Amino acid sequence: MVPTHYFVILSAVLFGLGVIAFIFKRNIIAVFMAIELMLNAVNLAFVAFSQLWHRLDGQVFVLFVIVVAAAEAAVGLGIIILIFHNRQSLNVERIDQLKL
Amino acid sequence: MPILNYLWVIPALPLLGSALNGLLGAKWPNKVVSAVAVGSTGLAFLGAIEAVREFLQLPPEQIPYVKPFFTWITAGDFRAGFDLQVDHLTVVMLMVVTGVGWLIHIYSMGYMAHEGGYYRFFSYLNLFMFFMLILVLAGNYVLLFVGWEGVGLSSYLLIGFYFLRKSAADAGKKAFIVNRIGDFGFMLGMFLLYRTFSTLDFVPLFSKAAPLPPDAFGHLGTLTIASLLLFMGACGKSAQLPLYVWLPDAMEGPTPVSALIHAATMVTAGVYVVARSHVLFTHAPTGMFVVAIVGCATALFAATIGLVQTDIKRVLAYSTVSQLGYMFLACGVGAFSAGIFHLMTHAFFKALLFLAAGSVIHAMGGEQDMQRMGGLSKKIRWTYLTMLTATLAIAGFPPFAGFFSKDSILLNAFQSERGGHILYGIGLFTALLTSFYMFRLIFLTFHGKPRFDEHKVHVHESPKSMLVPLMILAVLSLIGGWMAAPAFWGQTDYFTKFLEPVFAAGTAGEAAATEAAAHALETPLAIVAVITALIGLAIAFWLYIRQPGKPEALAKSLRPIYTTLLHKYYVDELYAAVIVKPLLWISRNVLWQTVDVRVIDGSVNGIARGATEVGDGVRHTQSGNIRSYAVWVVIGAIVIIAIIFWPILRPAAVGMVR
Repeated sequence: MVPTHYFVILSAVLFGLGVIAFIFKRNIIAVFMAIELMLNAVNLAFVAFSQLWHRLDGQVFVLFVIVVAAAEAAVGLGIIILIFHNRQSLNVERIDQLKL
Repeated sequence: MPILNYLWVIPALPLLGSALNGLLGAKWPNKVVSAVAVGSTGLAFLGAIEAVREFLQLPPEQIPYVKPFFTWITAGDFRAGFDLQVDHLTVVMLMVVTGVGWLIHIYSMGYMAHEGGYYRFFSYLNLFMFFMLILVLAGNYVLLFVGWEGVGLSSYLLIGFYFLRKSAADAGKKAFIVNRIGDFGFMLGMFLLYRTFSTLDFVPLFSKAAPLPPDAFGHLGTLTIASLLLFMGACGKSAQLPLYVWLPDAMEGPTPVSALIHAATMVTAGVYVVARSHVLFTHAPTGMFVVAIVGCATALFAATIGLVQTDIKRVLAYSTVSQLGYMFLACGVGAFSAGIFHLMTHAFFKALLFLAAGSVIHAMGGEQDMQRMGGLSKKIRWTYLTMLTATLAIAGFPPFAGFFSKDSILLNAFQSERGGHILYGIGLFTALLTSFYMFRLIFLTFHGKPRFDEHKVHVHESPKSMLVPLMILAVLSLIGGWMAAPAFWGQTDYFTKFLEPVFAAGTAGEAAATEAAAHALETPLAIVAVITALIGLAIAFWLYIRQPGKPEALAKSLRPIYTTLLHKYYVDELYAAVIVKPLLWISRNVLWQTVDVRVIDGSVNGIARGATEVGDGVRHTQSGNIRSYAVWVVIGAIVIIAIIFWPILRPAAVGMVR
């Protein structure tokens, strides 16, 4: 049996990598992947705790997260394609219209 | 329906008149306005007569008659109610205020007929009547103070009646501000009295104070301080040294106002308060002595200024200050009834003098300078006769009213234990000056050759509505003093007897002892007083009728004295330099430029500018770049985690530092 804190540490490392990738990557696809990484890091933590406490709540949450992530991937990729159509670029730094 | 049970009606009537005229009068014709004003005051007068009649039938144990109507303020043990009180002192004041007030209302109908703001004038005048009645009927110091401030307000409004003229507006402000100084003392006096006696109602307060031992002379006990503070208020309201400066300027108001407020009623409120608080004053010999000295000094001081003034109303104003000084002198030597007696007679003859002066001004088409009058006696005969009556009364010729009251004051001053002879001497000298300046006024105005252009000024007698009050007041100035006449044939005078229930507590002991001595002195002192008045008359006659050029020559040879008097001892200039200028300087440079502009405005503007600058700095964090937002989110998350886990992390952190 693998101790729970191994999973938690792995989850934290994955989440940290996701955050770093989200902040430093310029390609919008890579940013998107970083988000997925963070989501799955959290999934891992959920599953680990679920097993620790012998409760199913965490696993139910994981299923939810996977569903939401799938929907998000569909919508997000659609948005990315539209952005690419309009701008011919996937550089996040050039997408800075989101301000007053 | 005994009106004593409905005493509030008497002050309420003028208030109603004031409200009607003030709110609706602008659209009414003058006749309706004056009907409302004169009618409400007349009804108040009738009500007062009826109240006095009922009061005089009350059994002695019901006197003073106190009638609480409603509770106005309660706080802990403190209660101040709308309690009206009638005793013999109130009766005198009530009759003077409503009677003289009514006559002056009638007179004003004629005098103000051609003035703008007719309804405004009568509204203010009625408002004054209301507050003055509250003042004299009040059953406690708090309610009295309401009336006290109210008459001050009406006085301010009426002095500044011609508010487009800057001097009038300034005079109103001056009266108001100078009165504030006195009121400050009055309020402190009230606080001290409440602290000492836990009540401000007259009857319980005085019955608590009466058995206390009097303070020693020269010792500042509680009662002495309280009475001195009350006297400070009285000094402001009654224009005594050093707060008299507002009264001469108050002559900027219409003449009926000068007659009613600044001669007959309001300015005597100070004397009334001192007389009302006589229990406190008799327990404070030092306070009494101060009152006597201030009164005496004011009497002399104002009379000397009155000698050289050329404005007819200013002469009368200084004369009023001087006569008020007499009243305080009387109170100061313990002769409260003599003071109140002089208050009453003075109300008659000084109101008459002012009204007659108003009639003269009316006849001259607005001219107030006596140097441009003269020879009016034949043209305005009734005005002349009535004014002469008042002059004889104020100068103290028998059998006119002023003779009896002034004589009674001088007699009591003469018998006073402390410095009585000096006070008497000054009082007598002031009587000489009074006689002189009053006859100077008569001679300059009515005798000699006209010093105005007879073709330009159409001198005309005043209408009936002005002359009738003059005649009534003239009769009162003649007979008003006769109540005191029995003193001359060895009986107590009726007026003192009438007020005895009020003042008996303070004076009973000494009155009996000095009675015999008083009767022996009465006649010689009266003869001395009459001779003094005659000397004043003779000097005035010699200077202004026999040798018309002489006054100018005299003024030239005594130039320093003359100019000092003409500039009223430079008191206004002194106050301006010592008090007004520094105050203005502090207000402008400290309060305005520093406190207001720098501190208050500065802090408000500073906060606004700070907010702008912070916003300007923070604005740049909204870059539109998602990743920079993500950095903020991460930082926020780290901070929150750090806060949540601080209890766990702290030992580690502390350990690291060690």
